[in-house]
Amino acid sequence: MMAYIIRRIFYAIPILIGVNIITFMLFFVVNSPEDMARMNLGMKRITPEAIQQWKEERGYDKPTLYNETKEGIERVTDTIFFQKSLKLFQFDFGSSDSGRDIGYDISQRMWPSLAIALPVLIVGLALNITFALLIAFFRATYIDFWGVVTCVIMMSISSLFYIIGGQYLVGKLLHLVPISGYDTGLASLKFLILPVIIGIIGGIGAGTRWYRTLFLEEINRDYVRTARAKGLSEQWVLFGHVFKNALIPILTGVVAVLPLLFMGSLITESFFGIPGLGSYTIDAISNQDFAIVRSMVFLGSVLYIIGLIMTDISYTIVDPRVRLQ
Amino acid sequence: MLGLFTKPLYLSTIASVCLLFAGCNGSPWNSPYPVADAQRPVLYSSFSERPNHLDPARSYSSNEYAFIAQIYEPPLQYHFLKRPYTLVPLTAEAMPEVSYIDKRGQQLPANAPVEKIAFSEYLVRIQPGIKYQPHPMFARLEDGTLRYHNLTGKQLDRVHTLTDLSETGSRELTAADYIYQIKRLAFPRFHCPIAGVMGEYIVGFKAYSDQLKQVEQQLQNELGEERPYVDLRDYEMEGLELVDNYSYKIRLEGKYPQFLYWMAMPFFAPMPWEADHFYAQPGLRVRNIKLDWFPVGTGPFMLSENNPNLRMVLERNPNFHGERYPYEGESEDYAAGLLDDADKVMPFIEKAIYSLEKETIPYWNKFLQGYYDTSGISSDSFDQAVLFDAQGEVGLADAMKEKGIHLTTAVQTSIGYFGFNMRDPVVGGDSESARLLRRAISIAVDYEEFISIFANGRGVVAQGPIPLGIFGAKSGKEGINRYIYEEVNGKIKRRSLNEAKQLMVQAGYPEGRDLNTGKSLVLYYDAVATGPDDKARMNWWRKQFTKLGIQLVVRNTDYNRFQEKMRKGTAQLFSWGWNADYPDPENFLFLLYGPNAKADGEGENAANYTNPEFDELFMRMKNMDNSPERLRIINRMVEILRSDAPWLWGYYPKAFSLHHHWYHNVKPNLMANNTLKYKRIEPEARTMQQSQWNRPVLWPVITLVVLFLLSLIPAWILFRRRERSRLQ
Amino acid sequence: MPELVILSTDALIFLLVILASGFTRYASKREHLRAPWREVARSKVGMGALLVLSCFVTIGLLDSIHYRPEANGNVKESAEVLSLFDKLVTPLRMYQEKTYSAPLAAYQYTKENTELADGTTRRDYPRLEYGGSHLQNVEQEWGSDIVSKSLLGMSKGLLFWLLITLLFLFWRSQRNSTTIGSVLNDIWTFQTEIPWRTLLFTASVICLLGFWAAELSTYYHLLGTDKVGEDVFYQALKSIRTGLLIGTLTTLVMLPAAILLGIMAGYFRGWVDDLIQYAYTTLNSIPGVLLIAAAILMMQIYMSNHEEQFASLTQRADLRLLFLCMILGVTSWTGLCRMLRGETFKMREMEYVQAAQAFGVGNFTIIGRHILPNVLHIVLITLVLDFSGLVLAEAVLSYVNIGVDPTMNSWGNMINSARLEMAREPIVWWSLAAALIFMFTLVLSANLFSDVVRDAFDPRLRSSR
Repeated sequence: MMAYIIRRIFYAIPILIGVNIITFMLFFVVNSPEDMARMNLGMKRITPEAIQQWKEERGYDKPTLYNETKEGIERVTDTIFFQKSLKLFQFDFGSSDSGRDIGYDISQRMWPSLAIALPVLIVGLALNITFALLIAFFRATYIDFWGVVTCVIMMSISSLFYIIGGQYLVGKLLHLVPISGYDTGLASLKFLILPVIIGIIGGIGAGTRWYRTLFLEEINRDYVRTARAKGLSEQWVLFGHVFKNALIPILTGVVAVLPLLFMGSLITESFFGIPGLGSYTIDAISNQDFAIVRSMVFLGSVLYIIGLIMTDISYTIVDPRVRLQ
Repeated sequence: MLGLFTKPLYLSTIASVCLLFAGCNGSPWNSPYPVADAQRPVLYSSFSERPNHLDPARSYSSNEYAFIAQIYEPPLQYHFLKRPYTLVPLTAEAMPEVSYIDKRGQQLPANAPVEKIAFSEYLVRIQPGIKYQPHPMFARLEDGTLRYHNLTGKQLDRVHTLTDLSETGSRELTAADYIYQIKRLAFPRFHCPIAGVMGEYIVGFKAYSDQLKQVEQQLQNELGEERPYVDLRDYEMEGLELVDNYSYKIRLEGKYPQFLYWMAMPFFAPMPWEADHFYAQPGLRVRNIKLDWFPVGTGPFMLSENNPNLRMVLERNPNFHGERYPYEGESEDYAAGLLDDADKVMPFIEKAIYSLEKETIPYWNKFLQGYYDTSGISSDSFDQAVLFDAQGEVGLADAMKEKGIHLTTAVQTSIGYFGFNMRDPVVGGDSESARLLRRAISIAVDYEEFISIFANGRGVVAQGPIPLGIFGAKSGKEGINRYIYEEVNGKIKRRSLNEAKQLMVQAGYPEGRDLNTGKSLVLYYDAVATGPDDKARMNWWRKQFTKLGIQLVVRNTDYNRFQEKMRKGTAQLFSWGWNADYPDPENFLFLLYGPNAKADGEGENAANYTNPEFDELFMRMKNMDNSPERLRIINRMVEILRSDAPWLWGYYPKAFSLHHHWYHNVKPNLMANNTLKYKRIEPEARTMQQSQWNRPVLWPVITLVVLFLLSLIPAWILFRRRERSRLQ
Repeated sequence: MPELVILSTDALIFLLVILASGFTRYASKREHLRAPWREVARSKVGMGALLVLSCFVTIGLLDSIHYRPEANGNVKESAEVLSLFDKLVTPLRMYQEKTYSAPLAAYQYTKENTELADGTTRRDYPRLEYGGSHLQNVEQEWGSDIVSKSLLGMSKGLLFWLLITLLFLFWRSQRNSTTIGSVLNDIWTFQTEIPWRTLLFTASVICLLGFWAAELSTYYHLLGTDKVGEDVFYQALKSIRTGLLIGTLTTLVMLPAAILLGIMAGYFRGWVDDLIQYAYTTLNSIPGVLLIAAAILMMQIYMSNHEEQFASLTQRADLRLLFLCMILGVTSWTGLCRMLRGETFKMREMEYVQAAQAFGVGNFTIIGRHILPNVLHIVLITLVLDFSGLVLAEAVLSYVNIGVDPTMNSWGNMINSARLEMAREPIVWWSLAAALIFMFTLVLSANLFSDVVRDAFDPRLRSSR
């Protein structure tokens, strides 16, 4: 087991290098350091010297990939690529183009993101499974039909509508929760209710429909028929067998997205003014702060890969039949 | 079976419990603030963009000035109430004494001709007894050495923010601190945005810059550090002189009356040498503790919480020297109650909390709910807030008046213009054809409509480059740009479209068709698309040009790309704006001064306009004191510009701002940034209104829950039926 | 003579049409492909949704035939590219007001200073230039005019529907050589193979709505006007093409890579498999939004460096749209690729493939002859399933300004501008509502249709029915 995990982690390294090369190419082909300097220094009275200085300070004055002026190994290490991209592997994100420490910002901002994403995931999962079980229980009745239609209708509505509409209704008309904002500690609770509820509602349609499919697939298996033939009640069949067996794909699916919860939700966060990683990313994109975007890309990839590894491991834990090679 | 049905119920219970939890402590449920502050004189405001620099040597944007102008105190400030804008001493005892000196070092009388003046010298005397805010950098040990200036690795381990250094101290402000700051402006490391301008005026500024650059390089090589600490006290600048503990002199090249305006900006605020020394400790930089982020000043407020992801909090500086509210003002200020607090010791508020607010909708709604004390009006909320009466005067809508909301307006000292690149072969250049084309476009683009659609009337159509309220600007009929406007029956009207079309014919583009090629004229507009409003705006521009038969192609880019085009001079049409640094016409006319062309260097003449006569007049006008002679020159310059039409003059935006009735001493002051100290809040009235305006409405939620439960009934029936059939 | 203009997306959309019809011909000859389609055709929901979808597709296709109108002295937009659809709805396009007006309004939504004859100014809601301009006395006539125009439109729609229904019944009775009555009876009791009753019912709703909208929108702005007075109904209709393009072209663009790589990975295994897996895991692990943002920025730079290639606004917007499709494709091909790889894996072990290998048939021949035809249904399901997700994604991307060109009509752009309108008071809701309703209709019918298609093609689920 341990050996497998280690092997998987080693397998992740070339992927991360690939990610790094792609992002590096995108960002440095896109925007020369000169552009970044101008963007960050503001708009009035910029002198070429100031730009040069800015670049020097942030290490953008070096050659991109190969430094001819240096000797030996420094020819490769004393370059933007090496300094900016490979340091990410030590989780040294450096400072943003506006001069803030990215690592510190990320460590501060991931908690609000998690505070929204985790409840949305857990409560949403519970709700979706409940509804899906209900629908599966009443399969081939009008409840099934209308349940599925409701799901399809709900998933055909743009998430933007849920957010805009929810904020307008609950925050503005009903005065139930603050319209936007955030606070630390327990005081954050009242700011979180609305985005969490909206997140859950937005996910119900697709989630319920997906779990229903899983359950139906399970219901048609032989062992279920056997169980039913033995005279077990429908509830028992559903919970004792179907639910338990369908849990495997559900759980492994959840495990894969767990690490990505840290990344937050882009639109919800910026709309509700929650200082999480999602709004951090959006701000970075609109301010063209490439140091942050690069770090977020890297972080996202790492989390994704962690998710992959965790999925594999969880497979072996829930289902002993699956052997790791 | 039970479990199946209780889960959703359970959820709605959680939600209602949470709501109750928030609601049971008396304040409205939707209050975004802690209850504890409700009765205190705390001001609630917002910021939409995180400030990048809080170091007065680097900061140069209004969103940063909102904070640092309350913290740092330059020697001068603008009078809060007097108009036109008047400079008054802030930390200075009196206005600086100016003396002129000729080439040989002889004193000249005050009325000496400009040509004779080789240097001017400003003597500033500051008030004694002013103290800095409490700050760890001033904390001393018993033996008198500075406590936190040699932090060891062990001590640093426990430091994550500045407040982890618990001991604080203070010291008296001295003239040396002002000199120290001016040296900082010259230090290339801080890349001060006005270093270029100051280098032209302050004697020895450039040399000092070069010297420091060498010193820094040398230290870098010696110590192997990237940012070695350079003690600026060890190096002197020629034009600066410390007279005594409370006075200093600045020597300028030639005559530069506008320098006084600069002395009211945070660039010239004092900086204790301890600050650079303290923040230079390598351990602090790594932890984001730096001067650019944790300011230290003598002003009425100090930054006590600095979390740009969430909020910034300014708290009263306990060491503040106790400035008094002005007792003079304009005659209407008395009636407006702006002098009710005359001569009282400022500041009046205890704390100002600025919350991060990126989206307009939440911002505006929170203002209406009473959670922000003041609000600029976004153009889209305008119809709700403001009405025009029969005379076209603005007033508040009834709904707003009922809430006790007040409105203040002011024409801003800025301009939003639409420029032609004068180097472009089609629209640019000195040829008559191009000039006529530009004038035709100037007439056809209906800026009145632009203002009414995109600014909801919050602007005045510009007749020239100088905004109203600045020397040289003329309002009313005599200030009209005759190339675009005409007088019909005593009323000023935009010239008709037919006239514009006639100009197009003269320019060689009848009906927008290029006579040489036979094709229709296509022009390119380089725009920066950022907001949701941009699509509408671009469509509007297209519509304007279609009137003349010109096809406008909008080229959207990001701001970087746009800047680059402007630098290369490859844009054709563009829109841009300028915000005054100081209320002087020179600060606007230099935007069209030939040698400032953007395509040649880093000037601000984005249209790359040149006209020899204009340039010559500009040089003459530049350093003059305001006088009839200066006005004459400015009039001539504006006339040249109107005839050449390098810009559609665009409009001068008007600032409208709303505030609640518990918020006092509001008078728009577009030059002063340090106005927080004048503000007063009545927290009791605010709390009352907030709870009145924010009664929670619960019935829709209850209805929803009931509806949801009802929807479960068919499932229950079906289930029972199935059970029964199974039993049979 | 108007000159035909083929934008790059037009070319691709017609390529897609050709491919689709080619596939239809191909499928109609093969029983195992025809059977699922017959199942689709039997489904009431599926056919109803298909009819709605085809209306959208028709508008989208009409909007994809571009031409440059003849430049004569008086035509203003001579250098502008128009589409056939623009031509059809010329009044909608040309009737521009000054600024906001509510749906069906005769007055502007915002007040304005107007100068009266006696020289004084009055601030009031001015009459619209086009919307309801035929009314003499708005207060008295407006309500009844709306009702009568609605009735007129709907009765036109009803007549039209009756006409086609009768023609259809007649044709059917001729073909089956029975009476119209018995045909009607068959249809009414669902005795036909294709649920004609559902289709006819859906058609009646579409006809009624369509003619009603057409009638009203010639006199009023059916869904109001936006900030610069453009008709919102027109914008919503124009956005259909954008939505369809994003939904289909994205899959089309990624298809060759996904099919080729997926099958190769599954067929050759070994290092080819490793390499391809590496490629898609790497791409997959980059957060999609960030990749899109970076790519869009890159394209903007390309455009500003090559200004001369993009003479007209339409071309610029078009290229950006195509690019967006491509980059969306890059982020979404991995799913299909992985599925194809798994399927090929299984297929490879089949006896006939093994046999072909034993006979020394070339690898690519085997892929082309045995494997590709047997995984096509997976491709089809993905294409249909991804569609609605992509349409929704467009809105979100445009909302954060990394979607289609801001000047392009798209539901995302409409929603994006609506976020300021929502803060207005009285609230301007129609842009948002129009975009959401149109998007909802399209996505809902696509979702319903894709459900049916998947059920028909996916044998695992078929048994559960």
